[in-house]
Amino acid sequence: MKYLCLVYSDEEKLHSLPDSPEDSECQAYAESVAGSGRMLAAEALEPVSSATTVRMRGGKVTITDGPFAETKEQLAGFYLLDAGNLDEALEMASGIPAARVGSVEVRPVRQLQV
Amino acid sequence: MTDSKAGPVQLKLEEIYRAESRRVLATLIRLLGDFELAEEALHEAFAAALRQWPEEGLPDNPRAWLVSTGRFKAIDRLRRQSRQDPLTEEMAQQLESDSGDPADWAEDRVGDDHLRLIFTCCHPALSMDARVALTLREVCGLTTEEIASAFLSTPATLAQRIVRAKNKIRSAGIPYQVPSRRDLPERLDGVLRVIYLVFNEGYSASTGEELTRAELSDEAIRLGRLLNQLLPDAEVQGLLALMLLNESRRLARTDSAGELVLLEDQKRELWDRNLIAEGVQLVERALRSQRFGPYSLQAAIAAVHAEAPGVEETDWQQIVGLYDVLHRLSPSPVVALNRAVAIAMRDGPQAGLDLVEDILSGGELQDYHLAHAARADLCRRLGKLADARTSYERALELARQETEVRFLRKRLSLLE
Repeated sequence: MKYLCLVYSDEEKLHSLPDSPEDSECQAYAESVAGSGRMLAAEALEPVSSATTVRMRGGKVTITDGPFAETKEQLAGFYLLDAGNLDEALEMASGIPAARVGSVEVRPVRQLQV
Repeated sequence: MTDSKAGPVQLKLEEIYRAESRRVLATLIRLLGDFELAEEALHEAFAAALRQWPEEGLPDNPRAWLVSTGRFKAIDRLRRQSRQDPLTEEMAQQLESDSGDPADWAEDRVGDDHLRLIFTCCHPALSMDARVALTLREVCGLTTEEIASAFLSTPATLAQRIVRAKNKIRSAGIPYQVPSRRDLPERLDGVLRVIYLVFNEGYSASTGEELTRAELSDEAIRLGRLLNQLLPDAEVQGLLALMLLNESRRLARTDSAGELVLLEDQKRELWDRNLIAEGVQLVERALRSQRFGPYSLQAAIAAVHAEAPGVEETDWQQIVGLYDVLHRLSPSPVVALNRAVAIAMRDGPQAGLDLVEDILSGGELQDYHLAHAARADLCRRLGKLADARTSYERALELARQETEVRFLRKRLSLLE
């Protein structure tokens, strides 16, 4: 089986609590799991203020600022894409078939500061 | 340096600042890849010009001089920061090798940079508020204080909105480019929406005491002209025409007491004939292109009004026809409402009232004060005074603009 582990936190506090992890600790953990051969992918994300939401309805793409998944929408899958810039990423995101019925939040990956 | 020499150079510099600073900024953003760095570089380049030009005289190509100086200043700044942060030395080296070719700031690329700046500031991944603030700040060069007062906000709120928008441009990787041919129509439409929103906020401010804030409309028209130079598309011409034709009526829209005057009661000799002539010419060009859209059609409707000597002589048949096309092209309840009012002028108030009541029962315009005001006026013309009163009262509850409230109160009192 493959498992996706989703990390949630209060963005405001993520890096400032006494127990907050340093990027180097996250990197070390990722490397240790990778060393065991069981790591498929892991990335940190930029804050939610960098998010853009894509929906496709009736053949028309709508792009909105922010993470506007409706509360009755649940996480259903993910794509990790490599794109030259946001426009390219949005174009690929709008092609995701589920964008026709749900919404796709596009968020840049953050480079760990190590 | 003598005063007699410093004066003219300084004046010339101010003139160059007004004419060129946004274009220099646009090119610097491309070369430096960062809004903040480019703004600091722009500032330093003009400061250097202020020091050097009175001594050395004007350079042959002031804009190229400013771009080149700004770029060097940015590299210097990164070098100085690199003592604390080694990463910035890498950036400085990258910049030095990437953007050293003077052909990069040649005349023919400057227009492209200006367009890049406009499309980036109006990117759909930014909120509408952010797009408007960023466009007025970066493309028009308004200060945050000016933007804040135009939108009845505080400079701190506006400054924060602009900082957030720039952060998103950087962190989300919003590209500094003119969209691909395939995306262009839709992205251009987004730019036009920003410009029209700015115009309307200046033409009929949505809240507050003043009916209009003329500077915002002027700014929007300036933006429209700039965009038309850079990208002479039919809808760009249509929007510019629409703004000019609306603007031509500014003086007639309020009386000496500052009260709202309806189109039918306006003194048409107050309409600005020069703006009308320019607007009509642009509309005709847009319509001939066969690639026109909603802005061109709205401008065409405004042009029919502009060319009529009075309400009775207005070609209502043609106006209804244009609304029909507009409604097919971009159906909306507001367009349907305006079409109904035009039909009332052509076929009489009862025909208009039937349509307006249909639209109101559709539900979408139930909270739109102008829909109730339109119903009230049609009822009044039909002698249904009780119905007219109910609708004026509903419109009054919904109106937020002081001048409109006073206008509706007056209409209501005239029913007595």
